[in-house]
Amino acid sequence: MDAAQDHVQVSGLRITAPAAGGQETPIVSDVDFTIPKGQVLALIGESGSGKTSIALALMGYARGDCRIAGGGVRVGDTEILTLDASQLRTVRGNRIAYVAQSAASSFNPSRTIMDQVVETAVGRGLLSRPAAEDKAVGLFRALALPQPEAIGERYVHQLSGGQLQRLMAAMALMTDPELVILDEPTTALDVTTQIDVLRAFKRVVRQQGATALYVSHDLAVVAQVADRIVVLQRGRVREAGDANQVLEKPADIYTRTLMAAARPPAQARPHRPAPQQAPPLLEVRGLTAGYGRVEAGVPKIPVLRDITLSIAKGTTLGVIGESGSGKSTLARVIAGLVAPAGGQVLFQGQPLAPTLSGRTREQFQRIQLVFQNADTALNPAHTVSRILSRPLSFYHGMDGRARDRRVADLLDLTQLPAGLADRRCGELSGGQKQRVNLARALAADPHLILCDEVTSALDTVVGAAILDLLAELRRELDLSYLFISHDISTVRAICDDIAVLYAGQKVEMGPRNGFGDAPFHPYTDLLIGSVPEMRQGWLEEKETAVAPPPLATAQDANLCRFLPRCAARVEGLCDRLPPPRIVLDGGNELLCHHDGQALQHLQRGRQSAINP
Amino acid sequence: MTPTVPLREESMAKPVSTAAGRVWHLLSGLSTSGQVGLALVVLWLVLGAAGPLLAPYDVGAFVSPEVFDGMSARHWLGSDYLGRDVLSRLLSGAQYTVGLALASALLASATGAGLALTATVSPRWVDEVISRFMDTLISIPSKVFALVLVAAFGSSLALLLLIAAATYTPGAFRIARALATNLNQMDYVQVAYARGEGRLYIATAEIMPNMIHPVLADFGLRFVFIVLLLSGLSFLGLGVQPPNADLGSLVRENISGLGDGALAILAPAVAIATLTIGVNLLIDALPGRGRRITGGR
Amino acid sequence: MAHGTPRNHGGIAAAGRLILRRLGSALLTLLLVSLVVFTISALLPGDAAEETLGQSATPEAVAALRHQMGLDQPAHLRYAHWLGGMIKGDPGQSLVANMPVGQVIAGRLPNSLTLAGLTAAVAIPLALAIGILSALYRDTGLDRALNLMTLGMVAVPEFLVATIAVLVFSVTLRWLPSITVVREGMGWAEMLRGYAMPVMTLACVTVAQMARMTRAAIIDQLNRPYVEMALLKGLSPARVVLVHVLPNAVAPIVNAMALSLSYLLGGAVIVETIFNYPGIASLMVNAVTSRDMPLLQACAMIFCVAYLLLMLAADVCAILANPRLRGQ
Repeated sequence: MDAAQDHVQVSGLRITAPAAGGQETPIVSDVDFTIPKGQVLALIGESGSGKTSIALALMGYARGDCRIAGGGVRVGDTEILTLDASQLRTVRGNRIAYVAQSAASSFNPSRTIMDQVVETAVGRGLLSRPAAEDKAVGLFRALALPQPEAIGERYVHQLSGGQLQRLMAAMALMTDPELVILDEPTTALDVTTQIDVLRAFKRVVRQQGATALYVSHDLAVVAQVADRIVVLQRGRVREAGDANQVLEKPADIYTRTLMAAARPPAQARPHRPAPQQAPPLLEVRGLTAGYGRVEAGVPKIPVLRDITLSIAKGTTLGVIGESGSGKSTLARVIAGLVAPAGGQVLFQGQPLAPTLSGRTREQFQRIQLVFQNADTALNPAHTVSRILSRPLSFYHGMDGRARDRRVADLLDLTQLPAGLADRRCGELSGGQKQRVNLARALAADPHLILCDEVTSALDTVVGAAILDLLAELRRELDLSYLFISHDISTVRAICDDIAVLYAGQKVEMGPRNGFGDAPFHPYTDLLIGSVPEMRQGWLEEKETAVAPPPLATAQDANLCRFLPRCAARVEGLCDRLPPPRIVLDGGNELLCHHDGQALQHLQRGRQSAINP
Repeated sequence: MTPTVPLREESMAKPVSTAAGRVWHLLSGLSTSGQVGLALVVLWLVLGAAGPLLAPYDVGAFVSPEVFDGMSARHWLGSDYLGRDVLSRLLSGAQYTVGLALASALLASATGAGLALTATVSPRWVDEVISRFMDTLISIPSKVFALVLVAAFGSSLALLLLIAAATYTPGAFRIARALATNLNQMDYVQVAYARGEGRLYIATAEIMPNMIHPVLADFGLRFVFIVLLLSGLSFLGLGVQPPNADLGSLVRENISGLGDGALAILAPAVAIATLTIGVNLLIDALPGRGRRITGGR
Repeated sequence: MAHGTPRNHGGIAAAGRLILRRLGSALLTLLLVSLVVFTISALLPGDAAEETLGQSATPEAVAALRHQMGLDQPAHLRYAHWLGGMIKGDPGQSLVANMPVGQVIAGRLPNSLTLAGLTAAVAIPLALAIGILSALYRDTGLDRALNLMTLGMVAVPEFLVATIAVLVFSVTLRWLPSITVVREGMGWAEMLRGYAMPVMTLACVTVAQMARMTRAAIIDQLNRPYVEMALLKGLSPARVVLVHVLPNAVAPIVNAMALSLSYLLGGAVIVETIFNYPGIASLMVNAVTSRDMPLLQACAMIFCVAYLLLMLAADVCAILANPRLRGQ
């Protein structure tokens, strides 16, 4: 093959989806780009940008009823779009390999991983089964998977998300493909896992000398892996160029919008209420909660252990943690949907009943819950106006014209057009739904809103607008928020205080300023250090975290929950005694055996990723 | 934030606002087989309602000298084993079959859905008691259950209606409960609980509107099962008793004409088949037919 | 977290515990079923003593017989007595046949099992083939044709199928006998001819049910991401369905089979009657007609036991087919 020629060339690509009345609507129009041999090109865009459709078109595949309507895709010397079904099969999984977004659902749950990894190579007769297994084990090792010889015999449900994502990469690389397509391969992972997976991908793809197409919505992640970047919006190319140029000097206004939204600036704090004698608005004391039978104050499946926190009137407490940390359960306990096994929740100094049946209507009214996914949080059978009217009549006994006026006010307050009132929520966009979701909470006239990952399901730009709205509402209505998120930059942008949860334990809490510079709790340190920065070379500069050796003994429930992953643990201390609560100079309260100085020493020289 | 490009977040689906508009939208989108099904269902509903008015002869009148006569201008569907007009008897039988099955299916679906909603929003023990009881009933195969009930209580029209309803309530309950339990976990229902709403409101305003479509489809299936059950019972002589006759009874009373291939026996059997196939075609053409997985009669 | 740690031994024990729990639940259900069946049949106006002696009997004679049969005892004692007899294999005396119910049923049960077995042997492979084929060729003409066919077969009453079969094969073609005779020492050819029509009629409905549920189970899997992944690995559609999808669809398919087979036992009522076949379904119809309650109760319990056994078998299959439950 001519070395000077680009390895992959996409020209005039058009993909259409069927629309009402037998028409077709374009979802990808006139997309051109090229990838030189051995380079990584990133396709960047929000949902509906057509990035995945383009990636799949490189394998001659269109999802569902979509259709590749025109244009050309050349990989090496092969015109992909002219191949018939059986020729395509010889290309897929062989010369071109695919790594899907969610490995957990992309592996077959009832076959072993090894069966699936070697399937194509053995089925095509490229390798014998033993040779293929040897090669797979080698790849497992190269991808830093634990127990590379044995891990292939497991099933999906026995492996973690990060492991599965790496196993899927191994599956893709089995046939030494010339082109690897990675479709949001780290999006479903926790941020602390993402960094290791990214590093493993980057190393192995480079070793193999493969050309790669990396699909993502996250510019900072892309900055770590891409040589070239193509920015897409609604199926069209907005900007294309060298990664360096696009990241440093974006030419297109849309690219700049994306970059601005990806890292929200800290909201100016309106006021810090003077320390009051009055009790805080919400106080959680020694809360333990979970599922299953409660024995000796501990549920069978504990989710939260001994959580204590408080929210003053007019302030925002951010709760951050990765999946499984118990942060959503915290909101449900406060709302009364899950009864705690131990501890107390006080609202305005009054203890709240553990279950719904013991609470007063006034208490219900003052605490409102807003869920992450507006698709499931709004009843599809009801109109917007009915959704907003219910709390008005339920709490305030409003009806008739007064209620209609208030509904119009609420729509206005959440910056929604008044004409939306008669629509059902299935007819609204994602951002509009989330605004209705918020408006419903506001209709109650609450003092405290529990926001559970309210921006996570939204595109960055839309999510940033919701954050702006939340800040504005707080200023106007003197609201308090419990803001739950997995994203530290979002939390730092809008919260006054931050609590960090790890596996149900509150490992650190303090004012936002305390999260600017070391020392932190070792987990907070890992969390902050794992957020990629939007510049090239960050991944390389980042020193490889040394994974601590596995624990010798089974973990005791009373010990530090972070122990198995903690690089700073002290043998003989951390694995024997429960960690004490210490208070740092900056005001942060930690659950750790180290003191501030020791942590400072351990984390010295490591700059925080983003200054608030 | 920097000034942004005007962002149209997503394209909005075209709203279909009125209820009549939605029904029209649904029906006009039916496949050909769905339209055939709809036509058959409407035909049988009309015949069931107006049957005796359309009948050319009295149901019990002996009008032909010939038994098991073939088609003729006077008797479109011939005569039966006693020389009565088959068409007239068929129209009268359709009234029993369609009317009984419709009432039974309504009762079964309404009871099943009502119990399912109750079980879903009630304390755990209520759910467990109801579910355990329904699980018990569902373990008795439907025909067997119906036979035991007929043996114990007899088979007057009212009893048949209740027996058929009782036989198919557990199945209706099981499907409705699965739907309601899923909906009960939805965030919007959880929000309603957290708002302090009562159980009645949650069951009727939040959960019920969202299960109406699958429950209606299930109602159609129950109707088919009940038509087949009642005709089967009548065919065995255990269902509708003379002098009344439903379509199954017509097949039974003319069984001696089988050797001659008489219309009197084929016509009612084919009538039942067109009715049940029509309902099935219609349900099958409705959107979201994956739910049919729980079929079985 | 359990992630990443193989749980071989704990897993097998867990699967065993799960199966035991299902067994326990099935036994409890059976007990409740017996209670329901007994309650319904004991609500009967009039009782076995009156039935046996007829209208002309003196009240004294009825009372004496009632005492002899234990019918004057309170309901819960009668239930306990009945249940005990049922467990010991002695469900009482048939009022009409005037012999032990056990004997009456023993003469019929093998016939019913033969009929069900033959039908299953025909229906299961056929249904699997139709279901897999139509899933494989989803939304093509073949799928639509098969769909219409199975839909029609599901909806048609058995007596129509049986009637048409008799018309075609017995009356017109004169190939097959219109009633099925069962006797000792039948030759294979004779047996085949005798069973052809009942088996065909029963298979019609069960094949259609099973095929539709098989198709639905497979199509439910076809929309999952792992299927797209398999296609993007360059596997052929046939391999995707047979190697990737089928193992995941085992549980719903086996469940559908069990449901349909349990229907075979109860649904044989009409087929056995039409073809005058001496099985327990027709026995049960006779019991209803003659209000022979002990016989009716016993027949009903046999059908329920069969249903629960089939469901239990399906559950065990589902547990063994699922690596998460099997605990590899």
